[in-house]
Amino acid sequence: MSKKDFTWNRKHLIGLRELSREEIEHILNTAQAFEQISTRSVKKAPTLRGKVVVNLFFEDSTRTRTSFTLAANRLSADVIEFTQKSSSVSKGETLLDTARNLEAMGIDIVVIRHSAGGAPKFLSRNINACVVNAGDGFCEHPTQALLDTYTIRQKKGSLEGLKIAIVGDIAHSRVARSDIYAMTKLGAQVTLVGPPTLMPAKVSQLPVQVSYSLDAVIGEVDVINMLRIQSERMGSNQFPSIKEYSHYFGLTVERMKKAKPDMLVMHPGPINRGVEIESEVADGPNSVILQQVTNGLAVRMAVLFLVNQAAMAK
Amino acid sequence: MAKNILIKNGHIIDPANKLDRKCDVLILDGKIAEVGKIESKTELTLDAAGKLVLPGLIDIHVHFREPGDEEEETIASGSAAAVAGGFTSVVCMPNTDPPIDDAASVEYIHRMGRQARKTHVYVMGAITQGRAGEQLSEMGFMLQAGAVGFTDDGSGVQNAAVMQRAMKYASMFKNVVISQHCQDNSLAGNGVMNSGYNSTVLGLPGIDPLAEEMMLWRDIQLVRKTNMPYHVQHVSTAKSVELIRQAKADCLPITCEAAPHHLLLTDDDCCDYDTNYKVNPPLRTGRDIEALKQAVKDGIIDALASDHAPHLKSEKELEFLTAPFGIASLECALGLYIKALLEPKIIDWPQLVSIMSERPAKLIGVDKGTLSKGKQADITIIDPDFEYTVDVNKFRSKSKNCPYDGWKLKGKVEYTIVGGEIRYSAREI
Repeated sequence: MSKKDFTWNRKHLIGLRELSREEIEHILNTAQAFEQISTRSVKKAPTLRGKVVVNLFFEDSTRTRTSFTLAANRLSADVIEFTQKSSSVSKGETLLDTARNLEAMGIDIVVIRHSAGGAPKFLSRNINACVVNAGDGFCEHPTQALLDTYTIRQKKGSLEGLKIAIVGDIAHSRVARSDIYAMTKLGAQVTLVGPPTLMPAKVSQLPVQVSYSLDAVIGEVDVINMLRIQSERMGSNQFPSIKEYSHYFGLTVERMKKAKPDMLVMHPGPINRGVEIESEVADGPNSVILQQVTNGLAVRMAVLFLVNQAAMAK
Repeated sequence: MAKNILIKNGHIIDPANKLDRKCDVLILDGKIAEVGKIESKTELTLDAAGKLVLPGLIDIHVHFREPGDEEEETIASGSAAAVAGGFTSVVCMPNTDPPIDDAASVEYIHRMGRQARKTHVYVMGAITQGRAGEQLSEMGFMLQAGAVGFTDDGSGVQNAAVMQRAMKYASMFKNVVISQHCQDNSLAGNGVMNSGYNSTVLGLPGIDPLAEEMMLWRDIQLVRKTNMPYHVQHVSTAKSVELIRQAKADCLPITCEAAPHHLLLTDDDCCDYDTNYKVNPPLRTGRDIEALKQAVKDGIIDALASDHAPHLKSEKELEFLTAPFGIASLECALGLYIKALLEPKIIDWPQLVSIMSERPAKLIGVDKGTLSKGKQADITIIDPDFEYTVDVNKFRSKSKNCPYDGWKLKGKVEYTIVGGEIRYSAREI
């Protein structure tokens, strides 16, 4: 299929594992077209005028939610914020009931963040509105990986043949999983780095290399993505201490000396300064962390636009 | 209801008496009066031509949810499901609310079973009070009330010293088994499915096979020391099979059961987050299925048991992470075993009947599982080749959490006769 013939026909964005390279590239290309809207004096397009987007967030999130809200606003949609701490049936309404109630109000797109892997897929099976995954458990976080690859493409031209390290708590990271699917599909070689206790089961069956030594990997990679060490993991004894974790897996000024001079330093945020990354590195010349945030907006506009378009076509 | 019945022209399979041929069965006063060529007349004659006549099937692992969760199942609805599935005896697990951990609760289950007047309802009592894994429950009193064994099913006894004490203590009683849901909670953590590639890509916490095998290994050592008869519930991994095989070779008093889902489904089936596939122990891999089937073939598996675990639709309509564990399968279990074990020719009919009736009866120490003269007439008559489609909406069970909905299965139950009474007939549909 040539690029010209390609038509996007998914009304949900659940994850990148099920997407083809072409589909991923189509989102990135669409995002590129939206990028310039943010640079205009009137930062708005009428694309989703009259549409209702719900931000259905069952987990704390600042940047992803804000980014989705802004993206929907830029496309002239009406946005409803719905935040709830837990979805446990004992504590109230079930996820399904919540979604059905919202749907009864006539919503068009649900952007969902949920602590249970599979929640967006479950929702997409049970409601008619478009479903966009804004992070589910440690399953996927597709828009984060899309903005990561968008940023790499922007800086490096292409991901083909690039060596990328993802460092940290891979086992509990939805970002890592979505990154692995997107980056490898776009031709990059991915190496996962972290202690064995933070690697998922059967990691060898993923299309990646695994290393337990950041020092062994850092000199060879073109991009390094430092995952946030979640504070809730610290109590679960997956590694002895923050100090020891930082010693082996922190991105320090000292370690940066071994890196390629043009290595991109990425982080999905929010960063723990001095834990997985030293401040000087996070704020240094190799860092594209804020560029990632900027690009997130264009990517999320593209996703909202595409799923809505597919829903209209159906 | 007639207690004198002549079953004519059926094909009898009675492994205990090495019977596998066409003959008649006469039931008088609720007991087996004669097996052979019978010409005498009785008040009721059933023509069983082309049908199999079996000693009543026994399911030693069901959850009837009463007391506590009667909206999911009651002893009455579960019993109706049992006889529709061809089961003349079932063993209820004690993980109810409150748990069955004293003689009064055991008697309550029996009473509700008698009132339901469908299948024989037996019960295992909890090993520990409140199933909390700490203080031993009154096993002696529960035995006197008719409990057929003990288990904290739903959770294994975590503390090795408590488990050792339970085995030592129970070893003074005769005709009793201690049964375990093998799972080390420290290893299982908050897992909701098998730990492996699928759990990794689904982003769901996994339960490592080691969680089962570790506790099983520990318990085998305790059996070695106490010589207490010990039963392993729903074996799910290849390594567990190996541990049991070795323990049996060492002549330890160990038995085990396999559930239909562990013979037919794998963790690949969880990939759509369908909570009807969420079960504990979790669905494993094709390799584990092969090991379990080989174990059935080799006679290592003593009993097939459904682990019938009903749940409300509204509970199963949750995220995979939060939905409860369990599959309701009592009414189609026989067809599932036929599909898993007979169709691929792993075993033959007499072997299947043996592990669905004769051996489970021995395991729980009840005088059943045969068509010997003088025994209580518990008989299941089936049409082995009749194919039907599983339809959860026709279940007598109150719950429909069944991943086999729509499956085509063979082996239709024609009559279920309990104590000489026809308690289920396919005709009444």
